[in-house]
Amino acid sequence: MRRPGYYAVRTRPIEYCKDGGKKLKTNGAQILLHSLKREGVDTIFGFPGGSVIDVFDQLERNFAGDFKFILVRHEQAAVHAADGYARATGKPGVCLVTSGPGGTNTVTGIATAYMDSVPVVVFTGQVPTMLIGNDAFQEADIVGITRPCTKHNYLVGSVSELARTIKEAFTIATTGRPGPVLVDLPKDVIQAEDVFEYPESIHLPAYKPTVRPHKPSVKRAAELLEQAERPVIYAGGGVIIAGAHQELRELAEMGSFPVTMTLMGLGCFPGTHPLSLGMLGMHGVYRANMAVSDSDLLFAVGARFDDRVTGRVEEFAPKAKIIHVDVDPTSIRKNIEVDVPIVGDARHALADLLEVLREKGGLAHNSERLKPWHERITAWRSEQRLRFDRTADVIKPQYVVEKLYELTAGRAIITTEVGQNQMWAAQFYLFDEPRTFLTSGGLGTMGYGFPAAVGAQVAFPDKLVIDIAGDGSIQMNIQELATVAQYKLPVKIAILNNGYLGMVRQWQERFYGSVYAHTDITVAPDFVKLADAYGALGLRARTPDEVVPVIQQALETKGPVIMDFVVEREEGVYPMVPAGAPIKDMILI
Amino acid sequence: MDQRIISVLVENRPGVLARVSGMFSGRGFNIHSLTVAPTMDSSLSRMTIVSQGSEQIIEQIVKQLRSLVNVLKVQDLTATDYVERELVLIRVKAVDEKRAEALRITDIFRGKVVDVSRDTLTIEVSGTRGKIEAILQLMEPLGVQEMMSTGPVAIPRAAK
Repeated sequence: MRRPGYYAVRTRPIEYCKDGGKKLKTNGAQILLHSLKREGVDTIFGFPGGSVIDVFDQLERNFAGDFKFILVRHEQAAVHAADGYARATGKPGVCLVTSGPGGTNTVTGIATAYMDSVPVVVFTGQVPTMLIGNDAFQEADIVGITRPCTKHNYLVGSVSELARTIKEAFTIATTGRPGPVLVDLPKDVIQAEDVFEYPESIHLPAYKPTVRPHKPSVKRAAELLEQAERPVIYAGGGVIIAGAHQELRELAEMGSFPVTMTLMGLGCFPGTHPLSLGMLGMHGVYRANMAVSDSDLLFAVGARFDDRVTGRVEEFAPKAKIIHVDVDPTSIRKNIEVDVPIVGDARHALADLLEVLREKGGLAHNSERLKPWHERITAWRSEQRLRFDRTADVIKPQYVVEKLYELTAGRAIITTEVGQNQMWAAQFYLFDEPRTFLTSGGLGTMGYGFPAAVGAQVAFPDKLVIDIAGDGSIQMNIQELATVAQYKLPVKIAILNNGYLGMVRQWQERFYGSVYAHTDITVAPDFVKLADAYGALGLRARTPDEVVPVIQQALETKGPVIMDFVVEREEGVYPMVPAGAPIKDMILI
Repeated sequence: MDQRIISVLVENRPGVLARVSGMFSGRGFNIHSLTVAPTMDSSLSRMTIVSQGSEQIIEQIVKQLRSLVNVLKVQDLTATDYVERELVLIRVKAVDEKRAEALRITDIFRGKVVDVSRDTLTIEVSGTRGKIEAILQLMEPLGVQEMMSTGPVAIPRAAK
């Protein structure tokens, strides 16, 4: 069917209103950018296209001083970069891409942010409303496609709804359990004129996240914490999101409670703290898994009993009473039965709990009382520590991570790809601060680390940002070398290059009779030359004694660097809990 | 595992049904039946969803529904005192003496004949699922050609 209305749409950019758009007619593109300013957005990651050309036009003509725009080289990377920016800063990340393939390319990034509860607002162009449903050029039902992997999404039907929708999108993305929100903008909405008025407040009748916990549950939790003889705090990413790391530390120190962290939780409690057990789960530290398995009280906060943490769920913390603090009610009793559910944000819950405990005497005798428990944990620690062969004449990947940790004094923002590189980073780099370890925990997205590092580096130009990568993962968003070159972002990439898709190869070795089906990727670019091709510095280490000089040179270099570490080909990540086994049944080395 | 009736009050907007049904399919929950229509307040719609699952699954369904931004209220009616009705249209073969039999059964169940042909009767019956099942059982030997159901709608009983 012909829809002539479309052709009547004006494409000439209209003049910018000098009063900030107030009371004067502006167009949708300007309303969008004014609204972003009102939300405090100063950085946008994106990629242009026909449907959003008006927004880009405005961005360049009239808002160039208001936003730092980072042109990525693939829309997936735009979302990962916005995600990395959000995780590193705590502020929402913002993306702007075009319709059709622009939108569909964002899906992996959105799903990544969704699984890890990251506030990202994605603006996609859309074909004009008159053409929606017509299979128009670069049309995709992106709202339909992203419905299951966004916290919420919108198709803006009219320019009069635009400002309010943006306000809603930011509110939903950043409150309660945060998550990605997508706003789809038809081209005629972007071009239509209206008065800009940003709503001061919005009314979302059906959206009321519970932030403050229920007092009686907190009291009950306090009682259990007072009585426990073998308590463990199991802390997840929710602690970081809520900014509850100080409260968590206070609680742990008050009661001498050992703390284990999930992958997403690393940094929420200092990794170098004597009470830290390290990470638990499939590739968790021996003492952490043993302590949880033997505990009589598990205090879960901001964690969701993911299968990579629990192993066989029926045998997870079998002797323990469980307290579960989570801002998302759906997380509670989803995977495991709990004794004290507490719906609330980690910071409020921990603050309330600390108050109750202080009133009751502040667990004064706990350090004495829990001595036998700590002795037991120390015994597990001496029984089995994270280790690798230090005498080898090839580079051990763990050695690289360890040296990165030492030479950066633990002060870098580390991003990872997914697989062995991710697990070795989690095991051998100790994180003392929240928001310094950015990794795709839930979705497990290879190709996340490098663009996330771009986002973190844009947020903190003066900080050291390192992507710990594998030779497989890094190739999934390698095109972003052009982005770091363009914006002179001094991101460092450490490739643990073993010529394999290493984690899958490890499973094949363990569980599939060492048939390495399609995991050999020795045909790969020369990463040193590749770095050079993009104007970055490429360095290679082939032997253990070359590792430290390469890292040192990289750290002394002002621009982007690829470090290619040629590591032991068939090294495995251990301990390892086979999928579906109880976490105390670890394969050790 | 008994069937559970879940009443869901949602904003009456495009895409809300897709959000609700997508949540069910995406998380592997079962929808036995689903009815939806606007309420007295035309900005809101009421969904009545019949599902089944363990206590834990029903709890998840209720929580997941509540977590949707367009969902205002979710109530597991099975846990309360409620009234439910379902409307069915039954097309039954009705020739010769079977015609009288079909009419008799219809009468007993306070049904109505809404369409008639030389060989068939189409009957409208409403009631609880128990009543519907009972009439279907009686009609079955006569030869039910087709049956269409709205699925139940339900409302909590008013406080006495």
